[in-house]
Amino acid sequence: MSTQVPQEQEEAEVDAGESRPRSPHQERRLQEKASKREEGQRESEERAREGEETVEIKVFRYDPEVEAKQEPRFDTFHVPFEKGMTVLDAVMYARDHYDSSLTFRHSCRQAICGSDAFFINGRQRLGCQTQIAELDTPVRIEPLPHQEVVKDLVVDMDSFYEQMEAVEPYFQTNELPEGDLEEQRQSRENREKIKMGTRCIWCASCMSSCNIAAGDDQYLGPAPISMAYRFAMDEREGEDMKEHRLRIIEQEHGVWRCQTQFSCTNVCPKDIPITEHIQGLKREAVKKNLKFW
Amino acid sequence: MHEHDVLVVGAGGAGLRAAIAAHEEGADVAIVTKLHPVRSHTGAAEGGINAALRDGDSWEDHAYDTMKGSDYLGDAPAIETLCQDSPEETIQLERWGMPFSREEDGRVSQRPFGGLSFPRTTYAGAETGHHLLHTLYQQVVKRGIAVYDEWYVSRLAVTEDPDPEKRECHGVVAFDVQTGEVAGFRARNGVVLATGGPGQVYDHTTNAVSCTGDGPAMAYRAGVPMEDMEFIQFHPTTLPSTGVLISEGVRGEGGILYNDKGERFMFEHGYASNSGELASRDVVARAELTEVNEGRGVNDEYVHLDMRHLGEERIIDRLENILHLAGDFEGVDGLVEPMPVKPGQHYAMGGIETDENGETLVSGLYAVGECACVSVHGSNRLGGNALPELIVFGARAGRHAAGTDLGEAIIETGRTEDTEIGEVDTPVAPGAIHTDTDDEAVTDGGDPRGEGASVIPEPVEIVERAVEAENRRIEHLMEKDEGVQQAELREKLQKTMTRNVNVFRTEAGLKQALRDIREVREQYQDVYVADPSRTFNTDLQQTIEMRNLIDTAEAITLGALARDEFRGAHWRQEYQERRDEKWLKHTLLSWNDGTPELWYKPVILEGEEKTYEPKIRSY
Ligand SMILES: Cc1cc2nc3c(=O)[nH]c(=O)nc-3n(C[C@H](O)[C@H](O)[C@H](O)COP(=O)(O)OP(=O)(O)OC[C@H]3O[C@@H](n4cnc5c(N)ncnc54)[C@H](O)[C@@H]3O)c2cc1C
Ligand code: SF4
Ligand code: FES
Repeated sequence: MSTQVPQEQEEAEVDAGESRPRSPHQERRLQEKASKREEGQRESEERAREGEETVEIKVFRYDPEVEAKQEPRFDTFHVPFEKGMTVLDAVMYARDHYDSSLTFRHSCRQAICGSDAFFINGRQRLGCQTQIAELDTPVRIEPLPHQEVVKDLVVDMDSFYEQMEAVEPYFQTNELPEGDLEEQRQSRENREKIKMGTRCIWCASCMSSCNIAAGDDQYLGPAPISMAYRFAMDEREGEDMKEHRLRIIEQEHGVWRCQTQFSCTNVCPKDIPITEHIQGLKREAVKKNLKFW
Repeated sequence: MHEHDVLVVGAGGAGLRAAIAAHEEGADVAIVTKLHPVRSHTGAAEGGINAALRDGDSWEDHAYDTMKGSDYLGDAPAIETLCQDSPEETIQLERWGMPFSREEDGRVSQRPFGGLSFPRTTYAGAETGHHLLHTLYQQVVKRGIAVYDEWYVSRLAVTEDPDPEKRECHGVVAFDVQTGEVAGFRARNGVVLATGGPGQVYDHTTNAVSCTGDGPAMAYRAGVPMEDMEFIQFHPTTLPSTGVLISEGVRGEGGILYNDKGERFMFEHGYASNSGELASRDVVARAELTEVNEGRGVNDEYVHLDMRHLGEERIIDRLENILHLAGDFEGVDGLVEPMPVKPGQHYAMGGIETDENGETLVSGLYAVGECACVSVHGSNRLGGNALPELIVFGARAGRHAAGTDLGEAIIETGRTEDTEIGEVDTPVAPGAIHTDTDDEAVTDGGDPRGEGASVIPEPVEIVERAVEAENRRIEHLMEKDEGVQQAELREKLQKTMTRNVNVFRTEAGLKQALRDIREVREQYQDVYVADPSRTFNTDLQQTIEMRNLIDTAEAITLGALARDEFRGAHWRQEYQERRDEKWLKHTLLSWNDGTPELWYKPVILEGEEKTYEPKIRSY
């Protein structure tokens, strides 16, 4: 039985881009490398399967530069299973033992850097935070939907970063206490209120799960709006700043687009009540507008 | 070629703080980082940041605790600077909006931490690093500082003088991870390395996968010494299966360590009769492993950390993140059961040799944060002292690189009259492998001196040459069709380091590690990149990182073999005593044309107003 079960067509939005021109010699080399890789992959999988408990993962593959991968497909890997194994562990194993070209972002392995959000069994999750034992197998691992795929599980994050930065995600206050070592006081209640909003790790899971964001690339989107909430509600920023912030999120592609579908809140790996934050800002905006009426 | 006044390599706490400081001095700054800034490992820091902020506390007390914690291997001018500047820098973070935990009166909260005589660890829940990193990045966005994210810096552009002290750094070479494009970056004023720790040298570590010692290894090959590399901190409370950290804050809040017999061993077995769980990290890590080795460990592997008695409310308020970590990564509910913990690699006290202004002996080259050794931690870092290091020395290096006069540094870099040449009996010749077949610049990567030139080239030319050399190396790695892959080598290296250069060290083990490292280095000559694509080629990136891991691992092991004493985190079976007469000095390792040279310089125990007298360290 072959361990490669590719050619499963997938409708992920892939921008094939332009592959750069290559000499016939280079092409031949690429082919050779590819076939060697497949061979190694098969061999090591045979070994892995002998007598060991394995888990089957199906990983989305795409590379605009490599002919065999220009057509998106799924590769199947059998990874030896260990208790406590996460999805990230499994893809790392597959990369380190079967195919070093398998590409994904990851770093902290502890749900804080936000770089390994994938679409795992049909839902946005962090690879490192998701136990294999809790999933149905084969585990299907895809890049975040609605984002442009760069290669394999890596998506382009630029537009997400742009939206995050569009809400002026930085503290702005005019009044500083006197004395170099005086901090600005903040009540415990106020810290509690903004606390969840400060937990965002910029993983873009919420953005990827949101129907509105998928159809409107100018929509600020869940994480940026939740970020705006974190600042707008911070009592250390002045009233004029709060108004400025409300103006930003009230724009045409701002809070009013949200249709309260809760998909962002459902997938957020940091349990941030995003929808609640969006609703909170809508209320604040209404209050402000009533004031000016 | 890109051109800026100041280039900051790395965007963790240290790099971001340096960039902001340089920008505030009016410099045109750019950050080049292999991860997007918010992905940096600083985000994982949990416990807190030490600053003497309250009545009853003083920077002097902080300095004293730090010197004692360092086991008298820290340099007083650096430690005093850290403790003097930390309060203002910490309040600066607060003024930039960092959401610290708060007291009833609205001021920032502080808590006790190991080795501190006052509860001066300022914190934001158990996710201090996340908030620090994000707050600093927000300020970078606010100032519009240029960020080249997902650009991997693989080589420094340094002039070719045979004497490293006469070399100058003019920039770096990096490749765009997304497209594979290799580009030169010229820095008119200075390059600040802030590339973080080297935890990936070990297989059980709290460090991120990106912590591969790139900065120290690149600087080392460009002629800058690595200092005190043998001092690796092993954190006493990491989760056994992943290495994920359980913050010292748990013990700070009153968490208790038990062995398999239910004994509170820190007290009952006399490891730290006064401070118990709050003794400093080296003491607790050894105690735990001794329990395991003497048969009192749980499942012969770990001990238990119990916080249940603190009560749900306090846990949720101050340690909520710990509940998530224990649950997600170990499947343990900290509210109803104790958490399994064991020591894991955590922090490198050593790094690139710098002075208090962050400058190295190569002019125009700076280093800050965990990749540097300004020598504030000596042989053992106190918890909560790394984050202040990032902001204090980050700010100083940024300013200095931007051209601000910070006064002459007291700490001298490079060789001086006090330099003592070291010798150590090694089982294999450490350093580069010279093969006659390959262009050494290719597989060995990074030696600044290419073909000798008679006239001193212009800075731009220096950068261009470095780009050429880097292109050759990358082409070679990509063209090669067979050989060995980095993952295999990485595993081998990590295994031998964990087995032989861990908490407990023996001469035989260290020698074995050197032999293994040598073998890995030899095999590395035959390494190749299987992924043929230039797009997001992590195989290529990891292969280059692997080279850095080899040099870093070798420096750690050589230093450990040379230092025949027991100091701080460095325990040697054959030498169970601190030997002040011989060892009140720093270990330095220089890459002289591929042959590591070991030398020593004295520790500076003289502070501004007093001299710190080495005392027995008891807790
Ligand atoms: C789990 C954990 C908990 C901790 N808790 C605490 C604590 O409570 N208190 C405390 O004081 N300390 C703590 N520490 C220590 C402290 O967090 C670290 O020492 C510190 O964050 C390191 O910061 P840095 O800026 O030096 O490096 P990092 O934050 O690691 O940043 C390194 C940067 O360099 C970049 N980089 C690396 N190599 C390259 C390259 N080749 N090219 C381009 N860019 C590169 C990376 O992209 C990254 O941006 C903790 C450490 C860990 C691991
Ligand atoms: S709000 Fe949650 S899901 Fe969205 S980016 Fe932040 S952490 Fe990720
Ligand atoms: S690897 Fe950092 S969030 Fe998963």
